[in-house]
Amino acid sequence: MRVRVALFATCLTDTFFPETARAVVRLLERLGCSVDFPLGQTCCGQMHFNTGYREHAKPLARKYTDVFRDYDHVVAPSGSCAGMVREIHPTLGESPPRTFELAEFLVDVLGVTDVGAWFPHRVTYHPTCHSLRMLGVGDKPLALLRAVKALDLVELPDSTHCCGFGGTFAVKNAETSTAMLADKMTSVLSTGAEVLSAGDNSCLMHIGGGLSRLRAGVRPVHLAEILASTEEDPWLATR
Amino acid sequence: MASAREEILNRIRDARVPAAEPVVRGYHETGTGGVELFAERVADYRAVVHTVTDVPAALERLRGKRIVVPADVPPEWLVDGVTWLHEPLTIEELDGSDGVLTGCAVAIADTGTIVLDGGEAQGRRALTLLPDYHLCVVRADQIAASVPEALRRLEPTRPLTFISGPSATSDIELNRVEGVHGPRTLEVLVVQPQ
Amino acid sequence: MARNPVTWLGSPTFPKAAHTALADTQLRQNLRKATGTIRGRRAAAVGEMTDWEQLRVAGEQIKNDVLARLDTLLVQLEESVTARGGVVHWARDAEEANRIVLDLCREEGANEVVKVKSMATAEIGLNEALEAGGVHAIETDLAELIVQLGDDRPSHILVPAIHRNRSEIREIFQRRMGVEVSDEPADLAEAARVYLREKFLTTKVAISGANFAVADTGSIVVLESEGNGRMCLTLPDTLITVMGIEKLVPTWQDLEVFLQLLPRSSTAERMNPYTSVWTGVTEGDGPQRFHLVLIDNGRTATLEDSVGRQALRCIRCSACLNVCPVYERTGGQSYGSVYPGPIGAILTPQLVGDMHDPQAASLPYASSLCGACFEVCPVRIDIPSVLTHLRAEAVEAKGLTAESVAMAAAAWVFREASRYEKAQKAGSLARFLARDGRITSLPWPGSKWTSSRDVPAPPSESFRAWWRKNRG
Repeated sequence: MRVRVALFATCLTDTFFPETARAVVRLLERLGCSVDFPLGQTCCGQMHFNTGYREHAKPLARKYTDVFRDYDHVVAPSGSCAGMVREIHPTLGESPPRTFELAEFLVDVLGVTDVGAWFPHRVTYHPTCHSLRMLGVGDKPLALLRAVKALDLVELPDSTHCCGFGGTFAVKNAETSTAMLADKMTSVLSTGAEVLSAGDNSCLMHIGGGLSRLRAGVRPVHLAEILASTEEDPWLATR
Repeated sequence: MASAREEILNRIRDARVPAAEPVVRGYHETGTGGVELFAERVADYRAVVHTVTDVPAALERLRGKRIVVPADVPPEWLVDGVTWLHEPLTIEELDGSDGVLTGCAVAIADTGTIVLDGGEAQGRRALTLLPDYHLCVVRADQIAASVPEALRRLEPTRPLTFISGPSATSDIELNRVEGVHGPRTLEVLVVQPQ
Repeated sequence: MARNPVTWLGSPTFPKAAHTALADTQLRQNLRKATGTIRGRRAAAVGEMTDWEQLRVAGEQIKNDVLARLDTLLVQLEESVTARGGVVHWARDAEEANRIVLDLCREEGANEVVKVKSMATAEIGLNEALEAGGVHAIETDLAELIVQLGDDRPSHILVPAIHRNRSEIREIFQRRMGVEVSDEPADLAEAARVYLREKFLTTKVAISGANFAVADTGSIVVLESEGNGRMCLTLPDTLITVMGIEKLVPTWQDLEVFLQLLPRSSTAERMNPYTSVWTGVTEGDGPQRFHLVLIDNGRTATLEDSVGRQALRCIRCSACLNVCPVYERTGGQSYGSVYPGPIGAILTPQLVGDMHDPQAASLPYASSLCGACFEVCPVRIDIPSVLTHLRAEAVEAKGLTAESVAMAAAAWVFREASRYEKAQKAGSLARFLARDGRITSLPWPGSKWTSSRDVPAPPSESFRAWWRKNRG
């Protein structure tokens, strides 16, 4: 039986990184899932909640429950948003549907680590804080990357250190955020990788934005896009 | 006006903190470590450890020194060739000595710790504090495997001193350096039964 | 009511303080080195414990029990201490506590006291209060001494002088002690030994804090490394211990949990060199007069908050500081309080108890919510959750601001998919600001982002637009 999955694209990816969401659809369909994208979805409310606007986050959490109520599995290409739903929505009085970060869903629910991907690039991986500490995703993303053909995976030094994004922290404490970013970029550059991957476009936007400003020659690519890439239908830089 | 005591207690009651769930002690209450582990862990603190069977013979190392002893050390410890300093001693006399020889109440294998409780062969706390050298005799049967086991053997209302290696500090760049105010040399004789 | 000295008067808000600290390259280097060292050592010390998680859970539960029965346990502690010859005093706030201690010093005729490092006395500004009353307090912990001699402020819970490296310490010692000394840590420790020896042997009154107090026996516990604690707790005639009301454990057995959690979490040792336990007064051994001062100073107010009260479980190990990426870069003084780092960001504003104070209200935002603090906390304080909880209080206290208006507008947009879609379309026009697929400069508040990072140009088509077209 085909696993029926609802994609929660997250507002950031929907708006700024549509190629990631398209990659999730391509990947999950290739693995035999039927994917739906309920158009009523917007945002999980994380920015509001984490900045202290709990009351504004509540109706967004309610909306999330309503939109995804009928699905057994919701998959989000974001550890942070999946963590918001799973760990925080219950504190806002919701009983959210089962929501997974992409790597967890692939490894734990579908039971695959080799997704048949092909990605001929040197890649380093940044495990984002909420994937790591809120969801406990562990080294599942690395297991998935190790199984990708032609991919040269290089270990990121101090990988578990926060990149300094932190949502509105990046603007409220912009200078401290930048100091953290500087060290993360140093680690990334030390690997000699041409691609920096992660499971969260928010952190990638932050680190990638820094690398772009430096013209560092490292491209941020979401894990979903690497896993969706095959020899027949390879990943192409879209911008 | 209510006293500070009443006011604080009332404020605590007004906070209405709900009763807590019962404590689950899922951690290890005991361990398997004995003499060997204890000796290894004490040495990790850069203390000097000897495993011996004959205490008086091992005390030869004190020859020619002026050593403080508590009133009730076993008489056979008072070997010849050492100037033994007996209580009552002033702070200046303690500070001016070459070292102190004591027994202990309990030791802990897991952490390489010696515990003094002012009981037999230990004396008051100042005795093991002011001399710059402390030689401590630990009998094998005094070694508890774990911290929980050791606490169970102790009487909490006695003045207790837990000693894990020589005086040290981590205050400079968060690295450990030995030797500040307490004895800068800790030597331990672990006594195995003959 | 007098202001709570837990924050330093005139401290700027966190982002402003961080601005200065981030530019201090020496500070950055010192912190990077020290926190990097201790992080690795802690991981090793904890890694050899196969029951670490069970100890953490027990630690959390014991402390929750303490908070639930605090009134009963405090009364029990008072009875046990009194029965063993100690005298117990209660203080509602810093001012009251300082007055009690000063009066006790005067009763003893002391114009000089030796002190064991204590967060409680630092929190209430005791040294300054004693000084104003004509009593000079000598800090005997090496790091506290460095701070005191350097006319500096503490920047770490465990190692208040963590922001100083060996050559800076050498300079302070040479200037203030009038001695020649190298910058070798062993030589610096020796200099402190010599400098303080005479004080230990002659001072008649000592002041300490307490790591734990055992309610059922009345035993007080102090963990330390150098032996300065033992000196203060053993040699003087009078001992005054100042302790926050939450530092209790119910029974002697409970200590077995904390004596395992605390050393490995703080100095990354299996056990710290010295732990002293005393119960009231022991004839013929140690101080013959013992006073215990129990301080509230904002703790009962913290206790009222069902989310925030978990901060009172804290055993002051400072593991959260050592792993915090924000602390590592800004240092402790940026927090404007004796309690810096993640625990400071949740404890300080609660002790201050006034979210209208802009400095206190800025502290819960001094975090990227990365969660490293929660992961290492030996009593499982969910610091990120308390941070967001306190942010909500800060938002409420601030009322209407440009930010609150923008947040309300964003929430209004997100509540309806149709509004969200329109906003997406309008926003995608921003791609015309882009060159080579990136935007390098935005007007305020976007400028806070683009000051150091580019923004990707919004795509011409959102994912939902693509879905509608291809799958809808």
